[in-house]
Amino acid sequence: MLPYKCISEKKQKISSGEISLKDNVISFLNRIEDQKDLNAFNFLFPDDALAVAAIVEDKIKKGTAGKLAGMVIAVKDVLSIKDKPLTCSSKILKNFTSVYTATTVQKLIDEDAVIIGKTNCDEFAMGSSNENSAFGNALNPIDKSRVPGGSSGGSAAAVAARLCDVALGTDTGGSIRQPASFCGIYGIKPTYGRVSRYGLTAFASSFDSVGCFANSVEDMASVMQVMSGRDELDSTSSPKDVPPYPEELNNLNKKFTIGIAEEYFGKGLSPEIKLAVEKLLGFLNDNGFNTVKVTLPYSKYTIAAYYILTTAEASSNLARYDGAHYGFRSADSSSLIDMYRNSRSEAFGSEVKRRIMLGTYVLSAGYYDAYYRKAQKVRRLIKTDFDNAFQKVDIILTPTTPTTAFKIGENIQDPLQMYLNDIYTTSANLAGIPGMNVPVGIDSLGLPIGAQLLAGQFNESKLFQVAKFIESNF
Amino acid sequence: MSVTRKDVEHIAELARLKFKDEELQNFTEQLNEILAYMEQLNELDTENIEPLSHTIEGGNVFRQDVVKPSLDREHALKNAPDEDDVFFKVPKVIPGA
Repeated sequence: MLPYKCISEKKQKISSGEISLKDNVISFLNRIEDQKDLNAFNFLFPDDALAVAAIVEDKIKKGTAGKLAGMVIAVKDVLSIKDKPLTCSSKILKNFTSVYTATTVQKLIDEDAVIIGKTNCDEFAMGSSNENSAFGNALNPIDKSRVPGGSSGGSAAAVAARLCDVALGTDTGGSIRQPASFCGIYGIKPTYGRVSRYGLTAFASSFDSVGCFANSVEDMASVMQVMSGRDELDSTSSPKDVPPYPEELNNLNKKFTIGIAEEYFGKGLSPEIKLAVEKLLGFLNDNGFNTVKVTLPYSKYTIAAYYILTTAEASSNLARYDGAHYGFRSADSSSLIDMYRNSRSEAFGSEVKRRIMLGTYVLSAGYYDAYYRKAQKVRRLIKTDFDNAFQKVDIILTPTTPTTAFKIGENIQDPLQMYLNDIYTTSANLAGIPGMNVPVGIDSLGLPIGAQLLAGQFNESKLFQVAKFIESNF
Repeated sequence: MSVTRKDVEHIAELARLKFKDEELQNFTEQLNEILAYMEQLNELDTENIEPLSHTIEGGNVFRQDVVKPSLDREHALKNAPDEDDVFFKVPKVIPGA
């Protein structure tokens, strides 16, 4: 275990000399080495991390350190860091080196965070189990025969196994919340546009959000406050002011109304998860929160709409990997078209190919209206469901996943079954709202159970405040 | 709607991907299964619904049209599979030329 619970305590102990940040980084590096079988990291930066740790330790003692001083952070390998490898866990970006730094990562560095390495994930963030990675599976630290979830599986495993303080992830349809749930930690996907996507490798541009994993609500709130805000380099980033999330954590208004949607408790949900979420609801009710029923009638259409729209966007975004300007180029191609075709076929994994094929199909002549246009219309219906619900409630409480962590290999042969893992999480990305996983217990196998908190657009503060109350009292 | 193996070959051509025989067979089956699931959207009457392409609905985002420094040539070519210090190099575009 770590000798601190959250960043404010850690910073204080570094300041008083009780903890050395450099020793802390060394102990993380040793733990990573000891737990190499988790395969949580694609790349480590020990020299940089130790050098920055020494500088930051000094700043903390002088009282000149930034907001995230002392925090050791891992970054999902879909975000750029200048002069470091960026692979998206794909063979097609093997040997690729970033030529600039993602805004999110730059903001962490500017506030004196230590970046320790880049984490494993599903190829181009496509997957729910981290089984689609050119670096191999990442394992669930709670039970190594099981998946950590995906696509940000390495980030979740790293935080759960205490291989770093916080890890960045990305969430296009649940890729932060689902692995956070499977690994028993906190994870937040912010409102679309709350955090800049500059330097994030695009998967589905109208869905992609950068968020983070942590072992405490305070750490998560601290990192999100630093990362959020308008960025000139991402025209979809929002100019709305960023509230001081960490300072607001205890300003909880217990009159918050919590909504429950029966659509999220139907067939396919594990009875143990249902019970755990209902227990949390009862607890909130007993503690002064109003709880009411809401209805989200279009919930059953989320997976279909989600996979049409995201595969369409992905097929377009991934057209850039052609072997011409960067990335893998097939050795034996006699013509330009052959080079495109061979490079892409040899270097993309099968799930990425499946999604490119599906996306190309739904956008192709004759099918655009039937699939893509139709799904865009259903997306509006789903968003309107949430707009209506958030007229009445502050938070909607749901399970994060229908099951706890499944076995490695269990779903890999059945893509549709794998997609259905995202049944409770894709709605937040379709509607552009923030969502968070909160660990709420374990099942009879000892596997973590997660509850999902959803709020209206730009209401991250409410999520942090309720999560903090649950963390302290549940 | 169901896709045939021939459709899958056509999509693969559009997507600049190629597959072995058994992969084509596999993809045809999987795509049909997934598309059959997608069909449930047709239960909904969306005749008068405006498509939603962006969840944060607001006006367009404008900026001044001024030239700012961008990636220099050295960095732009840094990850090139083949280059000659000035240009990216690719196989001949016109056969026999």
